[in-house]
Amino acid sequence: MYHLIIDYFQMNSGRFLTMLTDHFRISLCSLLAAVLIGVPAGFCCVRFHVLQKPVSTAFGILRIIPSLAILLLMLPVLGTGAVPAAIALILLAIPPILENTIAGLRDVPPFLLETAGGMGMTGRQVWMRVRFPLALPLILTGMKTAAVEIIASATLAARIGAGGMGDLIFTGIGLFRTDLLLIGGISVALMSFSAGIFFHLLEKIILKYKRF
Amino acid sequence: MAHAIEFQNVTKTFQGSLRNAVDHINFTAEEGEFITILGSSGCGKTTLLKMINRLYEPDTGKIILFGEDISSMNPVKLRRRIGYVIQQIGLFPHMTVGSNIAMVPNLLKWEKEKTDARVDQLLTMAGLAPEEYRNRYPAQLSGGQQQRVGLARALAADPKIMLLDEPFGAIDSITRARLQEELLTLHRGMKKTFLFVTHDIEEAFKLGTRVMIMNEGHILQFDTPEQIILHPADGFVSSLVESAREKERFWEKFK
Repeated sequence: MYHLIIDYFQMNSGRFLTMLTDHFRISLCSLLAAVLIGVPAGFCCVRFHVLQKPVSTAFGILRIIPSLAILLLMLPVLGTGAVPAAIALILLAIPPILENTIAGLRDVPPFLLETAGGMGMTGRQVWMRVRFPLALPLILTGMKTAAVEIIASATLAARIGAGGMGDLIFTGIGLFRTDLLLIGGISVALMSFSAGIFFHLLEKIILKYKRF
Repeated sequence: MAHAIEFQNVTKTFQGSLRNAVDHINFTAEEGEFITILGSSGCGKTTLLKMINRLYEPDTGKIILFGEDISSMNPVKLRRRIGYVIQQIGLFPHMTVGSNIAMVPNLLKWEKEKTDARVDQLLTMAGLAPEEYRNRYPAQLSGGQQQRVGLARALAADPKIMLLDEPFGAIDSITRARLQEELLTLHRGMKKTFLFVTHDIEEAFKLGTRVMIMNEGHILQFDTPEQIILHPADGFVSSLVESAREKERFWEKFK
């Protein structure tokens, strides 16, 4: 087995790197898009109370649908390739980001908001200088959850032709090649793990005050 | 010379409440006074305070600061000219002590050198060495130190009026006594008007140049501590004074 894996890397290192970068790229793009949608949507939900129920219910329902189902449901609508896969991943990643943004913005203690206002911050300044910075830890946690979910689900995206480590895994399943399964599976696991560590370090660096 | 603070027939009712939180209040305070507002919870003392920086708006009546009706002023600008300290202190946990103190100067767009110098000056005044404390986070300070920073922050832009809402309510009694002394010294050194809300009668009489006793939205008596003790206005005030005396007698027994 060990030899098989060594052989694989000797023969296919270029192809492996392509799959790895494909996987990384689609995950990163989906995460960024999910943040760009989820955080403003969360802000709107807290800012305009009426929106909160419908928006979080809608994304809550999306969350119940299994990732593979979303991916396959994209097929008839958008066809195959990286774009429909990315859209499915984005839909999957929005709920944790949205919910954590809402929770983070809402859980800022009222007395801090009152102090901020009482000191003469404008409504906008209260959002930018107090509410968002204090919600950031939870937003980052949401992003971490989303990143791990995306990296895992992006494996399934190979099913609709998006490439990535899923290609290797599905080939491994088709050919009963344990070595390919192992390489693919471990790579995805390592990517998830690295994403987790990355966010952990990011928190340590930008949330210095949390250390005390 | 206009009064520092003037209330003209001010009334405020909260939705769903049957009686007025603050009921036809009239009073004036002069520049440099230290006024303590004493009353049990729900008597309207905090409501009265928060109407001065327009966190609450009165239903009727006028509030005039230095001859200016505050209802015609921009609330944001008004608040930047008034120091505000609350019981929960409300330091921003994600900002250093220095940035917390620099908040209002930054909102007012002071120059950086001026702000930095002011922060150091205030930290020194609060008894916290600037080099040591400037870059700490609030969570690294004790409760008493946090409230010192809270006071320094409220004083940062040199406001003429300071509103203090039970600032020492959550602080242990030894530290509290020290902070009270410091606050008195601070007040003596500047010509600012302090409005200090408390439910602690000893604190009110120790700090106030005049004490305002409130109950159910009304001012029962507003006078110097001596006058209140010598001539209580009604049964409520005399029972209040009596309760403090009783407490004193309790301690006398152990002498």
